[in-house]
Amino acid sequence: MTRTAATVEGAADPVRAALLRYVLRLGDTSLVLGQRLGEWIGHAPALEEDLGLANIALDLIGQARLLLTYAGEIEGRGRDEDALAFLRDGSDFFNLTLVEQPNGDFGRTIVRQLLVDAWQLEVYEALCASTDRRLAEIAAKAVKETRYHLRYSAGWTVRLGDGTEESHRRVQTALDELWPFTVELVTADEIDALLASRGIAPPLEELAPRWNARIDEVLREATLQRPADVPYAWFGKQGVHSEHLGYLLAEMQFLQRAYPGARW
Amino acid sequence: MTSNVEWPLFEVFVRPRAGLEHKHVGSVHAADARMAIEHARDVYTRRQEGVSIWVVPSAQIVASDPEEADALFDPAQDKVYRHPTFYAIPDEVKNL
Repeated sequence: MTRTAATVEGAADPVRAALLRYVLRLGDTSLVLGQRLGEWIGHAPALEEDLGLANIALDLIGQARLLLTYAGEIEGRGRDEDALAFLRDGSDFFNLTLVEQPNGDFGRTIVRQLLVDAWQLEVYEALCASTDRRLAEIAAKAVKETRYHLRYSAGWTVRLGDGTEESHRRVQTALDELWPFTVELVTADEIDALLASRGIAPPLEELAPRWNARIDEVLREATLQRPADVPYAWFGKQGVHSEHLGYLLAEMQFLQRAYPGARW
Repeated sequence: MTSNVEWPLFEVFVRPRAGLEHKHVGSVHAADARMAIEHARDVYTRRQEGVSIWVVPSAQIVASDPEEADALFDPAQDKVYRHPTFYAIPDEVKNL
């Protein structure tokens, strides 16, 4: 966590350094979640859900491509989207810890998706008015995709929560276990604050109540209990990850690591 | 978590562009109409095939009986005069 502060404050251009980090956070979050959803291909409960999850995964990977390409340009060291996706180590990833959590059963995947979709929707909607034109353009495309993602995940959360006794129990358990990872979604650090002061990123303290309201509305309809807030917070967005990210990257990056520059 | 209850079938109709009619493209399984729309969207419009979707519970479709096909459709066979091409158009008629 101190590493993040040092990197940004010691930079010649702190706003640019913060922007780079922020774009990596968004891009890595989409990339890692897309990779996770891709694990469902061939395993979803129905053919239609298989395609549904794959479609969302492809939207997310599309967002990651735009964001990581932009990050590479801000960085100015000649790294493109592929170099950033496949040749960085886990501690250099800045995705939300929530998205690297394992899929578990279908209900757990849906709960994770709901929590992220509602957050991404708020972020992208706000970024459409960013003073950073490139971010605003990327957000304008992503916001449409994310509206559908939320329709999908909210719909399934209600079906499962307000479904059978077993489906209710499973999604409530998933919600309880994933909840601690949501703290960083709405807790600003110095990067969020600096960018918010320049009108580049939305202030998280304004975004937080809207995210909460969206989540509460879905949980109410799904007859699910909102878990109590937890004192300890994960900060994947500062490069501090759970043990799961390493395994995910090992699989995702294997080909480029084993056969550098391989194409197909 | 397997269930013995199979989701009902919905027929899917997609309108390719504004101004064109909805066309039958296939079917999806879904628990209800809302899910059927989502499934139809994910299965049949991934490559920009459409701008509008209809779903209809397959059970609601009333079909003609194949046994009656002779009686229903064969009588139309020898009525060539029902096609506009049957009639010779006079040269004086420019736009028809």
